[in-house]
Amino acid sequence: MSKNWPLWEVFIRSRNGLHHSHVGSVHAVDAEMAVENARDVYTRRGEGVSIWVVPSAEIVASDPRDKASLFEPALDKVYRHPTFYEIPDEVGNI
Amino acid sequence: MKSATSNVRVPSVDVLADGCLILSHRLSEWMSNAATMEEDVALGNIALDLLGQARGLLQTLGDEDQLAYFREPQEFRNPVICELPNGDFAVTMLRQLFVDAWLSLVWPALAATTDDERVRGVAEKAIKENAYHLRHSSAWVSRLGDGTEESHRRMVGAMDALWSYRGDIASDAWYDVTEPVLSEATLTMPPRDAWTQRSSADGWHSEHLGYLLAEMQSLARAHPGAQW
Repeated sequence: MSKNWPLWEVFIRSRNGLHHSHVGSVHAVDAEMAVENARDVYTRRGEGVSIWVVPSAEIVASDPRDKASLFEPALDKVYRHPTFYEIPDEVGNI
Repeated sequence: MKSATSNVRVPSVDVLADGCLILSHRLSEWMSNAATMEEDVALGNIALDLLGQARGLLQTLGDEDQLAYFREPQEFRNPVICELPNGDFAVTMLRQLFVDAWLSLVWPALAATTDDERVRGVAEKAIKENAYHLRHSSAWVSRLGDGTEESHRRMVGAMDALWSYRGDIASDAWYDVTEPVLSEATLTMPPRDAWTQRSSADGWHSEHLGYLLAEMQSLARAHPGAQW
């Protein structure tokens, strides 16, 4: 039966987290059940305060074969990293 | 809240403790057998919530292990519906709805009336846990009742199997909680005055409780005082 149930990607915002993070996936027949299943599977130990679920089929992913052209050009461009100046502590999270 | 609790019979603590304990054990029998891993975990969560509630209450009555593992069937006071076999998933979920609906009325009433601070602590924690249980069982009952031809047929079968076991838990408020769910599930609620089973208040049980206890108590009886 589970083979026929669509897959949903689950994102949880942790207690002190600033954003939702991908934690895994669940099977469910609809969005409501997906939220409940995500609650049962991924927040059993008090991990989260908010849940997002997204149909896995709706996620558009980059093609692994494009890895070289998409990501490797960034590897040797150290000047893109903000490591050449100091950030005052008062700024906090950026 | 007030109107919901006003006609609710608050059961004695042993009825509630045993009800949670026995239903928890029944749900634990689904482990590794549910249709999906997600539902397996959901049933396990609910079973553990019920076990926690049972333990909290048993501890107010005496030695929890002694009470859980060394009493005979006729000494248990759980509502009979809690000990009925799981049947198919439809039976399990309708039984769960019936008991969850009962507990949704009982916990607030108990929290409001008990003189025992420990019991009130258990009840107040259980209110939140129960709200989720009731949501889960209600969702499944309406999904299956208003689902496919086969799921509807199975829910009707579950109703036939369980309706006569509502006696220990039904009240006007209970019918008010369950009726909208059954209606959404396109299930016909049988008559309120239909025959119902003898109460378990005096220790009467179905034959199923003995088998359940034989399994649940076997380890503790074979190795009294065993520790992890």
